[in-house]
Amino acid sequence: MAKFQSLKDAVAENLFDGDVAAFEGFTHLIPHAAAHEAIRQGRKDLTLVRMTPDVIYDQMIGMGMVKKAIFSYAGNPGVGLLRRLRDAVENQWPHPMEIEEHSHAAMANAYEAGASGLPCAVFRGYKGADLKKVNPNIREVTCPFTGEVLAAVPSVRPDVTFIHAQKANKRGDVLVEGIIGIQKEAVLAAKRSVVTVEEVVDNFDDVHPNACILPNWAVTAICEVPGGSHPSYAHGYYIRDNAAYLEWDKIASDRDGFKAWMKDNVLDATPEDFASRVSALRESK
Amino acid sequence: MELDFTRDEMMTIAASRALGNEDICFVGIGAPSAACNVARLTHAPDITLIYESGTIGTAPDVLPLSIGDGELCDTAVTTVSVPEMFRYWLQGGRITIGFLGAAQLDKFGNINTTVIGDYDAPKTRLPGGGGAPEIASSCGEIFITMKQSLRGMVDKIDFFTSFGHGEGGNAREELGMTTKGPTLLITDLAIWHPDPVTKEFTVIALHPGVTRDMVQETCGWKVKFADNLETTPEPTELELATLRDLNARTKAAHSGAGA
Repeated sequence: MAKFQSLKDAVAENLFDGDVAAFEGFTHLIPHAAAHEAIRQGRKDLTLVRMTPDVIYDQMIGMGMVKKAIFSYAGNPGVGLLRRLRDAVENQWPHPMEIEEHSHAAMANAYEAGASGLPCAVFRGYKGADLKKVNPNIREVTCPFTGEVLAAVPSVRPDVTFIHAQKANKRGDVLVEGIIGIQKEAVLAAKRSVVTVEEVVDNFDDVHPNACILPNWAVTAICEVPGGSHPSYAHGYYIRDNAAYLEWDKIASDRDGFKAWMKDNVLDATPEDFASRVSALRESK
Repeated sequence: MELDFTRDEMMTIAASRALGNEDICFVGIGAPSAACNVARLTHAPDITLIYESGTIGTAPDVLPLSIGDGELCDTAVTTVSVPEMFRYWLQGGRITIGFLGAAQLDKFGNINTTVIGDYDAPKTRLPGGGGAPEIASSCGEIFITMKQSLRGMVDKIDFFTSFGHGEGGNAREELGMTTKGPTLLITDLAIWHPDPVTKEFTVIALHPGVTRDMVQETCGWKVKFADNLETTPEPTELELATLRDLNARTKAAHSGAGA
């Protein structure tokens, strides 16, 4: 049964040094507040999984929390490269980091396999692609019925998944709307899950019968953190802060500037600060 | 020769003309996204545009900054999960055209968006493939658009992120692929088609005001030109106005918080 608690407690009880952790969000509903709490709590030696590691992974990598990253597209969406990730891969700063790189199709299938309780995912992919030469976890299986050679990758089974969503009801069911990305699979693939939400409402009586809902018994913890995905967005609540993504490119370009920004905006901040960060973005919706 | 349009505008408009109402197009961000939306706003209003965030049949008023901007979902016929996108719609063979950009491209349409230099000790670590490896193999055919440069159009790419025609000829069939692969390259200077046998990209039309030398000087391989080289028709007033309005709306929307 999902437990309503503070983000601080939820992170402390569910994320441990050395964990395989996913902070998912496919350009939408990215759990920034949860990642910032993990940074404040100083977790180490994490293996971070994410289809599209962006600003929060850049931040956790730059803060030295990450042993290994498993991903399919590591960029600042629409802006360019991730400068802290590049510094780690190209210059081993702040320390060397292992990478396991896939395609989106592989990661999406691997999460789905994880959610399905399967050991691996099978799909038609990686044909002629060099990733299979550099990633030993990309292998092949032959279809026993047709003989077709297909790609296989291990399923993703995080110790813990963090996502942001629009709403929970008082029972602890979670509603995800808009670009749902990989949110559902990432939660169901994980041993534990922490969901930050924009608001807690009485019930979901007015929700469409086919809506994407995670029942309360499939979620470990729920934390009400309004604005908790800023500068990403929450469909129906506030829009994406594109200027902040552009700004990140400058902040992350310099090690000292990065550290100063992290102190002011993350280490010395709280989950409650997120609400004010989206106030101007709500108005224009 | 004085032109009243830029080379970038010509590139986008030439690329938009390659798309039709019947197409189901998987759209890459950047130049492909601009071209696909100009097509939708001019001659192909019924084109189906799909972004990998799961938005199917989207019709954004401004160009998205990322493949998952909220407006893509707001204007879509339906929005599906990412696994569904890649399994049912892409792998299922329902997408006719994949429209990609490239950091590095070779003459056979192979694309690198992963690393410059050695994979384990890269000179520049790029974002990686994202959806491209399977877009390149699962879409009916692939269109590519990019600005020409010696850094971008190279004799040998550093990493095969997505497979075009390999070393040419029947390379795709030999890997068991049944899709056509790259069938069109639109740069800021020219339109290129693969040679029917060798699959090497060959210039079939130069954009207005462009010379063969200009194409060669910004391309890292020895360029082949078709015997009967054509000139790309200039942008029409409607095409230019549509593109400029789209760019102006996009700039206004992305420049400030609360956009």
